[in-house]
Amino acid sequence: MAEHSVILNAQTVHRVLTRIAHEIVERNERSDAVALVGIQKGGVLLAERLGSILQGIWGHGVPVGKLDVGTHRDDLHEHAAPLILPTVMPFDINGRTVVLVDDVLYSGRTTRAALDALNDFGRPRRVQLAVLVDRGHRELPIKPDFVGKNVETKANERIDVRLKESHGEDVVYLDQI
Amino acid sequence: MSPVETPVVWKRKHLLDVQSLSREEIQLVHETARAFKAVGERAIKKVPALRGKTVINLFIEPSTRTRISFELAALRLTADVINFTAEASSLKKGETLKDTARNLEALNADIIIIRHSATGAPHFLSRFLRGSVVNAGDGAHEHPTQALLDTFTILEKKGRIQGLNVTILGDVLYSRVARSNIWALLKLGAHVTLCGPSTLVPREFEQIGCRVTYDVDEAIEEADVINLLRIQHERQRKTMFPSIGEYTNLFGLSRARFARTRPDVLIMHPGPINRGVEINSDVADCERSVVLEQVTNGLAVRMAVLFLVNGGPGPQEIAS
Repeated sequence: MAEHSVILNAQTVHRVLTRIAHEIVERNERSDAVALVGIQKGGVLLAERLGSILQGIWGHGVPVGKLDVGTHRDDLHEHAAPLILPTVMPFDINGRTVVLVDDVLYSGRTTRAALDALNDFGRPRRVQLAVLVDRGHRELPIKPDFVGKNVETKANERIDVRLKESHGEDVVYLDQI
Repeated sequence: MSPVETPVVWKRKHLLDVQSLSREEIQLVHETARAFKAVGERAIKKVPALRGKTVINLFIEPSTRTRISFELAALRLTADVINFTAEASSLKKGETLKDTARNLEALNADIIIIRHSATGAPHFLSRFLRGSVVNAGDGAHEHPTQALLDTFTILEKKGRIQGLNVTILGDVLYSRVARSNIWALLKLGAHVTLCGPSTLVPREFEQIGCRVTYDVDEAIEEADVINLLRIQHERQRKTMFPSIGEYTNLFGLSRARFARTRPDVLIMHPGPINRGVEINSDVADCERSVVLEQVTNGLAVRMAVLFLVNGGPGPQEIAS
């Protein structure tokens, strides 16, 4: 039987995102230089959420982009072609601090692809990484700057992030498959 | 253009025709093309998806725009591209298509894009080549990427295809563009009307769900989209209508006819245009003509197709 346990509920998702937003504020003195880029597809809604929390703290809007990294993956020859969603970068990334946002950090390969994909748009001043869940098992030297929750996982487990905008409720499950 | 509801995974190694594609597969190509169109609008118009792959353009029949479109699509995906045309090849020296293709495969080609005057040539190659085969037009049979880009353009301009009245006007009999478009439009829920000289628009098309009429004014009056076809002189074995002048009088999209179309009609043409024959020159350039957008979208759709057929055999899993 597949097991299914809640690791973050609606309240803790909100609390964790608020804490990440405050950590972003603490790390970045120049608020006007910060832009958020959500990695398709799990990071996009989270980047928008973080953007509105940061707007509340800083008192001004924070640009939010969307980045699909499917064309930059290193395993395209192994898997069926991934669904490519629009990349939207409505600001100039040159000289900015770009905070990449993703839902789950695992092997680090998606982040690696995102760093490459970002390069096509220019040269950010610096890039930081924010993730809702870090489940370990890194295969590349990549370390997040902001983590919602660290979760010890096994290879046969899966993190299932569901958000209000797409699934009707905020909840993160750990599934055994 | 809402995203595909249930995720469809592309499992085809080849793109041979539209007839065998499902509605969902066509929509997946559209979705993917939408993302790739944006790549062409960036300062760096290139992604590394096909890095290290070799794409061969095997064009046994003359073509400029389709070949260039496929070539640029492959280059924008970072593939290496070889162009191979019949005039400069050993086919002139008597080599068979099979031997030519096998020789190209011996160069470790990953994707072979073929245009050929014989129906079924891409299907034939797909039976023995290890790489992927993409049909860039086979005889009067199919031209799948043209139909995919035409429906993509309609979707982009109209927001939907379901329920639209689409009139295909001209030489349907000899047109692979028409056949592929008919399949795609019917699968996506459009009402398809075919019109042209009776010698070039056979009634048999009614059996697959098209409406056939020989009255051009009636065919274009309620149309949301008019897709004009060139007279395929090179494929007609005998004269199918008395003269070009008579064709223009009876079926050409003149200014007078255009004035009676719906104010939001889209005018499409796969090119090359014969100005003053199937379409009046001013109409071809008017604001409702999307001929050049079709060219731009063709590039995005061909990138999408190359990207999709390049996918590997494993499940479509996203590692984080």
